[in-house]
Amino acid sequence: MTHSQAPAVVVEGLRVIRGSREVIPGISLTVPRGEVVGLLGPSGGGKTTLLRSIVGVQVVAGGTVTVLGEPAGSPGLRSRVGYVTQSPSVYGDLTVRANLTYFAALAGAPRGAVERTIEAVDLTTDADSPVDRLSGGQCSRVSLGAALVGSPELLILDEPTVGLDPVLRRDIWAMFHRLADDGTTLLVSSHVMDEATRCDRLLLLREGHLLADDTPDGLLARTGAPDAERAFLALIETEEAA
Amino acid sequence: MNPRLTIATAGRVLQQIRADHRTVGLLIVVPVVLIGLLAWIFSGTRVFDNIGAPLLGVFPFVVMFLVTSVTTLRERSSGTLERLLSTPLGKGDFLAGYALAFGALAVVQALVATGFAVWVFGLDVAGPRWLLVVVAVVDAVLGTATGLFVSAFARTEFQAVQFMPAFVLPQFLLCGLLVPRDGLPRALELFSDVLPLSYAVDAMRTLTARVDAAGDVGRDVAIVAAFAVAAIALGSLTLRRRTA
Ligand SMILES: Nc1ncnc2c1ncn2[C@@H]1O[C@H](COP(=O)(O)OP(=O)(O)OP(=O)(O)O)[C@@H](O)[C@H]1O
Ligand SMILES: [Mg+2]
Repeated sequence: MTHSQAPAVVVEGLRVIRGSREVIPGISLTVPRGEVVGLLGPSGGGKTTLLRSIVGVQVVAGGTVTVLGEPAGSPGLRSRVGYVTQSPSVYGDLTVRANLTYFAALAGAPRGAVERTIEAVDLTTDADSPVDRLSGGQCSRVSLGAALVGSPELLILDEPTVGLDPVLRRDIWAMFHRLADDGTTLLVSSHVMDEATRCDRLLLLREGHLLADDTPDGLLARTGAPDAERAFLALIETEEAA
Repeated sequence: MNPRLTIATAGRVLQQIRADHRTVGLLIVVPVVLIGLLAWIFSGTRVFDNIGAPLLGVFPFVVMFLVTSVTTLRERSSGTLERLLSTPLGKGDFLAGYALAFGALAVVQALVATGFAVWVFGLDVAGPRWLLVVVAVVDAVLGTATGLFVSAFARTEFQAVQFMPAFVLPQFLLCGLLVPRDGLPRALELFSDVLPLSYAVDAMRTLTARVDAAGDVGRDVAIVAAFAVAAIALGSLTLRRRTA
């Protein structure tokens, strides 16, 4: 098996304790390369914690996380993995262009990457406005752009579409799929269930446990539910009954 | 460390400062006003000539300490630091970028403050005047380095501001401005020997009094710079890529 066919992310027996709570009691999963994988689940279920562990910024209590063939957080991964935090983490006092220019420089991105990214996240008319003067949705697109600008092989996106209108959400998801077609792997968290159908695969996370790791169609077939939201509820009910 | 990333970071910090006109104004104007006030208070006496130079060294230290600790704290709380540490940016690049940016700002601040002190308010020093600027800039870098380190222990901007009296005032009391250091009680004199601001003020006092100041000033400046490097090294220990 060649290197490029190995999964993008392999998590084995991951345990995370935050404060005094065991947020992830032991989870194993894989994320295949070149796909858009959705990480869904209720608020407080551990999505951000899992994503942070994959990026390598979370202190973990046990288990292994392998990303693109290397242990999560290895220096060699820092230019290959892009991370968009749940709350926008860009410089509010700088313009959109200045923010992206800085993150492009850190990633060693080629010339032209900044302008291409500004277009991709649809901020051309606001490119010279300070981020503080943008709306919430625009702000989160700047944050998304700051990760896209380095063209990483793996994109970890924590609720990137919060606060976006349906048209923009459709466009952003279309962009995710274009990126995946070009070989980028995307792990995207959301708690909007209707976004589930836009993913190639779904991970359902609840209270640190993996309820499902399946394709959207597989999930519907398995639960007999008409949509992702009801499939998710059905899985919770079965788990609670067991 | 990677010089390209260090310079990119310094450039970004300077862009942020430049976007904040009021802070730039305060950074440049406040030291000038304070020096002018001092000259006025002590007009007709020798006092201004004696303490003017040491204060030219103390102001940039205090101001840069405050500005840096608040700026880096903001970087921690806004999540940008977490993001930066997930990129190829090294901790050393981050810290050196800040030191470089505030150092550059300190050059402007020191040139303006010293220029006003010497040519407008008539500060008279025995040693070479350009050394006033050198000492002031090194003091400013020390302030930045200390601010970077201390910001790790503050959770809010309010706390960061409180560190100013906690870290800076004791140094100010013991640095030799109020009572010459060799006139302090022995225990306090020994304590003042390990405080960086003491050497900053020693350098300025030497400049004030002696024509052949360069050698001793050079030694004191080297000590202050060593403190700054140590603070940056300690600061890099407080930057954690992985957090709970
Ligand atoms: N900094 C922290 N310190 C201690 N506990 C934390 C911290 N952050 C989160 N937790 C706990 O970890 C659990 C999982 O949080 P996490 O942020 O991973 O959930 P999430 O699935 O991303 O939720 P949401 O959809 O609301 O973003 C929560 O119960 C929370 O109480
Ligand atoms: Mg979350």
